Amino acid sequence: MARVVNQPGLGKGFRLAACLGAMALLAIPSMPVVAGVDLPKLEHAKGDKCVDEGGYIRRHHPELLKHHRDETMRKGIRTTKYSLKKCVECHAGSKTGSVAASKEDFCIACHSYAGVKLDCWDCHATKPGKRPSHQAAQPAVPSLMPSNGGSQ
Amino acid sequence: MANNICLNQKECGKSTGFWLLLTLGGLVMLGTLSAFFFLEHHGHIKTGMTNQIVWGLPHVFAVFLIVAASGVLNVASIGSVFGKKMYKARARLSALLALTILSGGLAVLVLDLGRPDRLIVAMTYYNFKSIFALNMIFYNGFFAIVGLYLLTMMDRKLKPWYKPIGMLAFLWRLALTTATGSIFGFLVARAGYNSALYAPMFIIYSFAYGLACFIVVQAAMYKWNDIEIDEAVLCRLKNLLATFVAAALYFTAVLHLTNLYFAKQWDFERFLLSDGGIYTLLFWGGQVMLGGFLPLLLIFSPGARKQPAILLIAALLVIIGGHAQMYVTIVGGQAFPLDMFPGYAESSSFFDGVVHAYSPSVWEMMLAVGGIATTFLITTVAVRVLKFLPEDEIKDPSSTVGQH
Amino acid sequence: MSESMNSKLEDRRDFLKASALVAGVAVGPGVLFYGIAHSRSPEEGASSKQRWGMLIDTTKCAVGCNDCVTACNTENGLSGKTGEQDSQWIRKLNIKHLQTGVEHNLPMLCQHCENPPCVDVCPTGASMKRADGIVLVDRHICIGCRYCMMACPYKARSFVHEPLTEQNPEVPRGKGCVESCTFCVQRVDRDETPACVEACTASGHQAMLFGDLNNPESDIAKAMKTVATTEVRADLGLNTGVRYQGI
Ligand code: SF4
Ligand code: SF4
Repeated sequence: MARVVNQPGLGKGFRLAACLGAMALLAIPSMPVVAGVDLPKLEHAKGDKCVDEGGYIRRHHPELLKHHRDETMRKGIRTTKYSLKKCVECHAGSKTGSVAASKEDFCIACHSYAGVKLDCWDCHATKPGKRPSHQAAQPAVPSLMPSNGGSQ
Repeated sequence: MANNICLNQKECGKSTGFWLLLTLGGLVMLGTLSAFFFLEHHGHIKTGMTNQIVWGLPHVFAVFLIVAASGVLNVASIGSVFGKKMYKARARLSALLALTILSGGLAVLVLDLGRPDRLIVAMTYYNFKSIFALNMIFYNGFFAIVGLYLLTMMDRKLKPWYKPIGMLAFLWRLALTTATGSIFGFLVARAGYNSALYAPMFIIYSFAYGLACFIVVQAAMYKWNDIEIDEAVLCRLKNLLATFVAAALYFTAVLHLTNLYFAKQWDFERFLLSDGGIYTLLFWGGQVMLGGFLPLLLIFSPGARKQPAILLIAALLVIIGGHAQMYVTIVGGQAFPLDMFPGYAESSSFFDGVVHAYSPSVWEMMLAVGGIATTFLITTVAVRVLKFLPEDEIKDPSSTVGQH
Repeated sequence: MSESMNSKLEDRRDFLKASALVAGVAVGPGVLFYGIAHSRSPEEGASSKQRWGMLIDTTKCAVGCNDCVTACNTENGLSGKTGEQDSQWIRKLNIKHLQTGVEHNLPMLCQHCENPPCVDVCPTGASMKRADGIVLVDRHICIGCRYCMMACPYKARSFVHEPLTEQNPEVPRGKGCVESCTFCVQRVDRDETPACVEACTASGHQAMLFGDLNNPESDIAKAMKTVATTEVRADLGLNTGVRYQGI
């Protein structure tokens, strides 16, 4: 980078562009290159492999999740491959049981390292849930009428 | 008129005053921003707004400013569309205020959003069926058109465009206020809002509020520059304000009479006009008396011809009355419970069938005044660095430019 | 309305026959009985062939029973608090006729309007209606302006006033967005009924019926054909998906 900047006769604009270009090049293979700084240590996930190749997921998970969110939310398509809920099920940390409760947890570890704010967890559960079963819907308050045993 | 008017305040050497004003506005703005961050962190739980009263004090202030913003442009419109020279001298200030007041109003609306961080979403996803989204388009257009309008006034080369753009701005602002009024008119389910009169009524209100704001700012600038307002100009503005205020009163009466005799909204009208507590008080005491009859009395009082202070007070009263009106319209309209089953009394855990209470917290008050602070700050800076002071060269304000 | 509804039902019938056939071929005869009416695969998505609706028999709805509300709170992770700033997706409403004094007792919830005012006014398109008639808020693009709450004639919506944690993984919800009854869309999508309906049935009152209004074979469509039902604020012409009987 320095070499480019020092070359005489190059316009200011060109130099700026070159700098930006060089920065972009550095950024692409991001993590290995900037080694030396503490890389986030990620806990091993449950299950033997991710739904896709790791590097692909690392680069594209924002689009994948966004696409999936619109499909599920707006069209009611409930495939599980890129579902956020499924991510949480495998990646919840063993200590906290969550993907975003502590600095070591899966999402936060990387995102704080990369300095990218995320607001998924304002609304989404960070822990895998027990899927609410029929029992969960049982009234917690006794009703006035005797129950007939919950038959549907 | 004295010919030693100081057009560019920088030369007047009154810097201390300028910085004082700026500090004052800055402090209020600081309060607003801290309230904003506080609410952004804790949520609207720290406001008095509830699931019953979903729009509160911030909306009262914001909608007042938005309505006033389109009205304040009236002064410029009379100048360019109808060619009145006295108003032409005030066109720049009028256009500037239209921009700054609208900025203030929109700022409060944005700061009050549940997810203000998604402003970019609001700008990129449009539901074109929504009158609210339509309003956003109107606001953006208003900025662009009035900005251009201002340019045609400031740049000689653009002079040929002055009239057509003035005309466009005039029409656009009518549309804008219609759209703002329709925000409420569209809420058919609510007794208080279900009226087609809302849109035209908001236009009349905007005339009165806008002119009142203009008079106040002009008075402040004249004081600042030690200028006495021309008597004839004073007289003109005073009569114009009186006309608008009277028209606003008339429209208010028509709205409530239609509700009573045609739309049969008796329950709501009884609530508003006699049993509504604070809303009844604000309606009669604030909107009708302070904002209507009292300014009229002042304007037509014998001393008003010679006393600029009286006009100033009348204008301030109109502004206060305008806020009362917005409070009655926005909060009062929600406080009255929805009637889902006509002919039945309703009750539930969700406050059905009862008049909803609202007591704003200090946080939302701080948020609400942020609009005024924004307007104040931008205006103060703008009038200092550029030429906005209305200057009257001629004695006869009724003379017109060109062929009328 | 009933005429257009009938012609729609006719279409549905044909479609259902066809789709049952397809399903039968695809899945094999053994599984066919499982969900002739509305079973669909995860890839399939909601379809306008269906319109979900609810019929509430106010004569069966018991005074003081709150089972539907409790079930909703549990399923959707609501606190159950009833302060002015707390969310309530479904509430028990008591109405008393001003002249005769006759009282009715009923659950009030989002009516899943066919022409929903909340969707019309929403500036961003966050309020939306799914193809199968379920009205939802897309919290990803809701800016929290609350205009939809102003527009809803049934006060069906709540604004989340404070930060939330420990949400149900299937029901994301959070501060600054508006929310309302979803007909338990997560359950409907796997062929279950909404939690309130299930609880009402479990309590023995059987006041709530949920199903596909477009399927003439469904219990709800059959019931709507035989009894007089009421649309709340029918004057607004919203063609609500929730109907009441006995008022
Ligand atoms: S009941 Fe209210 S929230 Fe539900 S769809 Fe109708 S307008 Fe929207
Ligand atoms: S609060 Fe959200 S859903 Fe409701 S109108 Fe505003 S953006 Fe739409």
